[in-house]
Parts: sequence; structure tokens; C-alpha cells
Amino acid sequence: MDDFLLRALIAGLGVALVAGPLGVFVVWRRMAYFGDTLAHSALLGVALGFLLGINLNLSVILLGILLALLLVAMGGNRQLSQDTQLGILAHSALSLGLVVMAFQTSIRVDLMGYLFGDILAVTASDLLWVWGGGLCVLLALGLFWRPLLSLTVHEELAQVEGVPVARMRLLFMLLIALVIAVSMKIVGVLLITSMMIIPAAAARRFSRSPEQMALIAAAIGAIAVALGLAGSWHWDTPAGPSVVVAAALLFAATQLGGKTGYP
Amino acid sequence: MNRKMTPLLEAREISIRLQGRQLLERVSLKVDQGEIVTLIGPNGAGKTTLVRIILGLLKADQGEVVLQPGVRIGYMPQQLALSENMPLRVERFLSLGAGRSDSDVATIVDELLIGKLLRQPMQRLSGGERQRVLLARALMRRPELLVLDEPVQGVDVTGQAALYSLITEIRERFGCGVLMISHDLHLVMATTDQVLCLNQHVCCSGHPESVSQHPAYLELFGAPASARLAVYTHHHDHTHDIHGDVEAESEEHSHG
Repeated sequence: MDDFLLRALIAGLGVALVAGPLGVFVVWRRMAYFGDTLAHSALLGVALGFLLGINLNLSVILLGILLALLLVAMGGNRQLSQDTQLGILAHSALSLGLVVMAFQTSIRVDLMGYLFGDILAVTASDLLWVWGGGLCVLLALGLFWRPLLSLTVHEELAQVEGVPVARMRLLFMLLIALVIAVSMKIVGVLLITSMMIIPAAAARRFSRSPEQMALIAAAIGAIAVALGLAGSWHWDTPAGPSVVVAAALLFAATQLGGKTGYP
Repeated sequence: MNRKMTPLLEAREISIRLQGRQLLERVSLKVDQGEIVTLIGPNGAGKTTLVRIILGLLKADQGEVVLQPGVRIGYMPQQLALSENMPLRVERFLSLGAGRSDSDVATIVDELLIGKLLRQPMQRLSGGERQRVLLARALMRRPELLVLDEPVQGVDVTGQAALYSLITEIRERFGCGVLMISHDLHLVMATTDQVLCLNQHVCCSGHPESVSQHPAYLELFGAPASARLAVYTHHHDHTHDIHGDVEAESEEHSHG
């Protein structure tokens, strides 16, 4: 196997193993659109990173946190429903990112790479980011699994029972921002949420407990990465979208077989 | 000894305005150990708002809530909007509340008759089953104060009476104070020690019998039709229409 393909596989597996367990929370908490908003804003993070000359992963993480805080602050505004607020933020951030990038004539930015990922161009330092960041996220998920779960089941009940709800919510947003930042290069800002949601949704049918669902989601994501890369190699299709197509096909396959009742 | 003297919970002169609407005005209430206090009032009277303030989920503009130091609270929320996508069995849901040893859990599970439900997904429970599971979760914390927000929500009429008598039993067995919200005074009459009739302010309060005669209560809920009273006094010898209202024939029962 070629070196670049091996690196792509390792990077993709890193993303899948983190996006699955985090994704189940995104699905349970009905925050798919929130994830999308943070992901779209990542492009603005990239543009600002270029502008200020700082590490792009770092600028994306920082912008993600900033946006998460902004959303928490906007949450108090009852005049606009949350999906409207998210819609405003998601698309303004994406457009602003594109506009800021256009102003920077001195550098050539591989826009398609950021939008849809460029997994075959993954470098050794990218691998370090993906696996280092990924391990941090998994560690945090493991440490705070129980309070996060409790919060997801019923926020006020969790708060009465002593879970630091506000801090946990912030932690969760931070983890999403982190995952987006480190996997942007692999699947791109437009597709990263799909790696959280599709494997999680596919895992639902086979899961009888929250933990099971997280593990199965990670496994399905990993299979999708392997299949997608193989397909991309075989048919010379773009790698990031191929991985997502593979995930979608896996999801469709899980929906076959009749019964809709969950175990 | 001293612990027995101070109330489990005392709310003093609670006032709150939200979005230009006065939700509560100078509301005070007290729950002693082993006492059941029921909040009644029409929709939008501020019952849930008051409970949220007492639980520390919402901050009052004025007034204070004094809890007995270190008091353990068991809370039964009004709703559980669990995503269909979350695989969660009843036993797991109960364990999230934590705090009990296995034998304690078994006792509570027996008490609430939910043994058969333990391996069921939370989303498949009926209204009555769900409420009993929520109550069990509240009890897992060895509460000294139970706070129940509409405990009979979504439960059919016979189930409602059973659930209320269960709450009375629990009070006796665990010796905890209970603060609950109810929409119907006559259903909780036999259960409760104190009633607070709330409509932004406390309209009237006291023993359930006296509240049911109070002019302020009557103004809010209308005169007690003898048929409504029958729900309390003649529990099993009348019929209900589809809305759970007692049908006119119970009038005959009271004459016979």
C-alpha cells in the first residue's frame, strides 16, 4: 500500500473513532444543526488563522469556542427560535469565511480541500493532530460520561441531582469544536457533521445501551472510512465524499430488514 | 432534635417577573418533615415556576428559599422528552440517579411495582409506568424532601388514585416531606396535609377541607358540584366519561 494511502487510512480511522462516540450525543441531544453551524464556521476560523498567521487548528478551535459561547448568549433571546439562530450563524460564518479568504490574495488556499476534505494529502503532523486531539476528546468523554448522559436524559433533573449542567454543556460544545478542528482536513467542514451523525444513527438499531451505541457508532464509522477509501482508490472518486457515501450506504443497509421497533 | 424543629423547606415572599409578566407575587410556603404540601392552581398560576425556584433552577427577583442544611431532594419532573434514538432501559435510567445499594434499589422497585419494567426501553412505557419510574428515580437518592411536579400527568383516572395513595405510603415508609403540584384538589384531598391555592399569589391555604370551602378557591375553580365531590367520597361507585369527568348518574348515588 502506498504511504499516502496508509496515512489517509490512519487519519480517517482516528476521525471515525472519535466522531462516533461524540456523535451519539449529538443525535440524542438533537444537536445536528448545532454541529453543522460550528463546522461551517470553521472555514472562517481558517481564514482568520491565515490572516493572523497562527496555527489553523488553533484558530478553528478558538473560533468554535467563541461561537459556542455566542450561541449560549443568544439562547436567552426567545424572539428567534434556535434553528433560525443557528441558520443565521452557520451561513453568515461560512460566507464571511469565504469573503475573508478572497481578500487574501497573497496566499493560494485550497478551498475545495477545506470544504470537502483532502484526506490523501494528510501529513505526519496532521496525524498527530487527529490522534492527539482525538485522544483528548475520548478521555474527556470517558471521564464525564455519566454526567453527560444524565444531562442528556433530563437537564433539570440532572441539575437537581448535582450535575454541573452549565459546565457540562460548555464542555460538550468544546469537544465538538475540537473534533471539527482536527478532522476538517480529513472530511472537510461541509461533511464533518455527517461523520458524527450517520454512524450514530446506523448504530441505533443494534444498541441496547448508550455505551453500546457509542462503540458500535465508532466501529461503523471505521468501516465507512475503510470502504470509502477503498472505493476512492478503485474508482478515482474524491476521498472525503466517498467515505460519507459509504457511511450512508451502511446506514441504509441497517434500515433494511423490516421491523422498525428498536430493541 | 433541632433538625426536627426547623422545616425542611421554607420559601419566603417569593416574587418573580418574566418577560413583563408577574408570575409570582410574595408567595411563602413551608414544608415540615413528614408533611405533604400540595400546590394547586389554574394553568399559568406559577406552580411550576415556584417549584423551579425552590429547586434552584430559576432565580427569584425577590424573596428567599431556605432549605434545611444538607437536605437531600428527590425531584420528579413533569415530562421526560427522551429522544427515540437513545437506547436506555429503565434499570439504567434508575441507576443514573445513583446513591442506593442494590438491596435498597430492590425495595424501591418492589414498592413501586416496576420490577417487570426494568429491562424495557424508557420510550416504551405507558403514562402510569413512566410516572412510577420517575418516582422511583427520585426515591433512589434517599430524599428527605420529595418534589413532585404533576405526578399523575398522563395517567388514567384509576391510576391517578393509585399513584396518590402510593405517595402517601412512601411518605410513611421513608418519612420524607413532600411538595407536589396537582391540578385537582379533590383527588389529593385524602393524601395531603396542607394545600396552597396559587394564582400568582397565594389565594388561600390550609387544610384541604377548609380550602375547598374557601371563597377564593371557589372563585378560581367554581362551586363544587356534588358530582365532583363524589370523586373523593364515593370512589368506586360512579362512572366517568371519556374526559374523566364524573357522569351525572353519580348524583343518584349520593341520594341512594
